[in-house]
Amino acid sequence: MTDAPVAAPLKTPLHGRHLALGAKMVTFGGWEMPLQYAGITEEHLAVRRAAGLFDVSHMGEIEVAGTDALAAVQRISTNDAARLDIGQAQYSALATPEGTFVDDLLVYRLADEHFMLVVNAANIAKDFAWIRDGIQGVGDAVAVNTSSRYALIAVQGPRALEIVQTLTDVDLASIGYYRFATGEVANVRSTISRTGYTGEDGFEIFVAPQVAERLWGALLSAGAPAGLRPAGLGARDTLRLEAAMRLSGQDIDETTSVLEAGLGWIVGWEKPEFVGREALVRQRVAGVTRKLVGFEMIERGIARHGHPVYVGEERVGVVTSGTRTPFLEKAIGLTYLPSAASAPGSECAIEIRGRRVRARVVPLPFYTRARG
Amino acid sequence: MYPSDRHYTKEHEWISVSGTTARVGITDYAQQQLGDVVFVELPDVGQTFDQGAQFGSIESVKAVSDLYCPMAGTVVEVNTTLVDRPETVNADPHGVWIIAIELTHPDQTAGLIDAGAYAELVS
Repeated sequence: MTDAPVAAPLKTPLHGRHLALGAKMVTFGGWEMPLQYAGITEEHLAVRRAAGLFDVSHMGEIEVAGTDALAAVQRISTNDAARLDIGQAQYSALATPEGTFVDDLLVYRLADEHFMLVVNAANIAKDFAWIRDGIQGVGDAVAVNTSSRYALIAVQGPRALEIVQTLTDVDLASIGYYRFATGEVANVRSTISRTGYTGEDGFEIFVAPQVAERLWGALLSAGAPAGLRPAGLGARDTLRLEAAMRLSGQDIDETTSVLEAGLGWIVGWEKPEFVGREALVRQRVAGVTRKLVGFEMIERGIARHGHPVYVGEERVGVVTSGTRTPFLEKAIGLTYLPSAASAPGSECAIEIRGRRVRARVVPLPFYTRARG
Repeated sequence: MYPSDRHYTKEHEWISVSGTTARVGITDYAQQQLGDVVFVELPDVGQTFDQGAQFGSIESVKAVSDLYCPMAGTVVEVNTTLVDRPETVNADPHGVWIIAIELTHPDQTAGLIDAGAYAELVS
């Protein structure tokens, strides 16, 4: 017998399913996850045109409960959790005192005095420690890392609703965007959330790990005739980038502020107190010196994460996300530019393997789904 | 799987020599590893490369890979269809060439491996 290597990647309850489907696996945030099954392009297009099935069980869940749970969440989360009804979720940030990102997250109100915070896989331990320390002294509130109690399966795309509806009695159309309900899907007890990270309509379904394979199999079978395909982290990344959803650790981190990232709408300005408030209020008054912008390449070339960015002869930063996206069929990316050079139509240059290639600032998001 | 009418490199290019010229592409194994190819950076006609020198790059949605010249030569033609249809590399890697070169030393195939050895390398 030998001990397992300390750094062995974690596996989700669906790991065996991914291998059986022939997925190309990759380590992400400490987890061994499917990068792709049939191919990123095909999976990306399936989500835009029909539906994709994602294992996002690597995401973390941290629950905060107690008679002062709301006050606790209000302190560590920038958004205003008092606005949440039971059964509603909101996008928010865990901010540092400087107003920069510890992480971004979704805050779910499970009950009056019970919240679930869904955080990024790579940051679970860091976020949990941050939250636990941050809510000390608030009163009756305790934070528990419940990540191992949940598998999370996302069904995303214009046909997601009709596919999931075949497996549940819950009236999915009655669940509003950023709302959730509990019920059975494929006879599996589920929390069904109308949220996602693709820019499409869809659901994220929280279930117990031991029944995740059953739900995954049922969704694959039920969805296949409608064009549902398993989709990996590769497509998840290109989809979220087209929708201009920020990737924590890449587009937003402890060096970038919530306002610089263009996320002032997730700040509860009327809250009297939360971590980061003073810095963010100061920034709002003074104005930010740089802003996260979207760009598309004018000349041939694909900008990638880490490529240097120039305005004129001045190096102003790096590409935080960049790829050529399968649906828009354009090379696009995100970067921080000086505010004066950040208006749509402004030009910058991306240094790609030693060569500067012209790019143009464009409005975000790159892609918006047709609604209605 | 790997045609025996050409040579291969350990960097997963193939080179098909005909007299003093040769065509260069990437192998089926390489395209599988890359995934969906979305961009090929081509050299200019007239550029000269030593054996093993980087002559361009190839990008999939997720990855970037350098392209190395299997034999020394001067570029006489580039496959411009790859500008608009880079995905053809995935569909037919052994049929779609990337550059054609006039060989500096047509007999110097040292360092190249044959189809059998290449198949073993990637198995």
